[in-house]
Amino acid sequence: MNIDWLHFTPLTSLTGGIILGMASAIFILLNGRILGISGILGGLIPPKIGDTSWRAAFLIGLLSAPAVFHAVVPTEYVTAPRIDASEIIVILAGLLVGIGTRYASGCTSGHGVCGLSRLSPRSLVATLSFMGAGFVMTFVMRHVANI
Amino acid sequence: MLKKNHLHRVFEFTAGLLFGTGLMLSGMTDPGKVIGFLDLYGAWDPSLALVMGGAIIVGFIAFTVAKKRTSTFFGGILRFPTSTAIDRKLLIGSLIFGAGWGLAGFCPGPALVSMADGQPKALYFVLAMLVGMVCFELMDRFFHEPRKAKFNGS
Repeated sequence: MNIDWLHFTPLTSLTGGIILGMASAIFILLNGRILGISGILGGLIPPKIGDTSWRAAFLIGLLSAPAVFHAVVPTEYVTAPRIDASEIIVILAGLLVGIGTRYASGCTSGHGVCGLSRLSPRSLVATLSFMGAGFVMTFVMRHVANI
Repeated sequence: MLKKNHLHRVFEFTAGLLFGTGLMLSGMTDPGKVIGFLDLYGAWDPSLALVMGGAIIVGFIAFTVAKKRTSTFFGGILRFPTSTAIDRKLLIGSLIFGAGWGLAGFCPGPALVSMADGQPKALYFVLAMLVGMVCFELMDRFFHEPRKAKFNGS
């Protein structure tokens, strides 16, 4: 295994991760909820009376992040995203992620961050499963199909 | 009571804003970085492991505190997940999710943030993800509602 030193960003990634943990801490300690993106979004399909405003408030905050980020963070820390997948692949990926995360009741945030933080065996199994599938799919796409 | 509700909306908005900012700073809104982590056989980018590590260290402290409490700091209900089941639904769902994740390098949070950042492909991803979520709701209803109705009827 060789490390991609060119793209490895230990400092910003660790700092960003700590910020994700802080957001999750606010959510459980102040609001009493698990910060899980797929659950918060999926709970709006369909919207239920008395269960929408907290979801909307969170999502509006999340969607406001790029504007705030670009206003605050110096441009040298901002890297242009590399989205190699074609439109068709992106759409297929979105469908799988939408169905899969709802079926598994969680994604990288709910199972990966919050679940592992509270030492949930269920979330550990979920995280190992989606990471494993991610490793396999990436291997197939990059080294077998060469897409 | 109304004030307390408003305060909660502020915290939820702040948590969302922090989470989105953390995703951008960590580089997780860049699918290239995510794929760089998932590609063990190419040039490996370990950044994602540090993101998870940093998040879990802080999260672990927060949840250790939360587990010892019976309510939030504002006296509200602590809603911990009730399910501990490791079943087919969890496994198959996670495998489907992971396959989609490895396909494009987007998971739900970064995709939403990247969409708000003006990336057209992230918009396509989010729209498809919403369609996927609607499909799940419809399937879930198709398989579970009739059973519920039968129980209610008898």
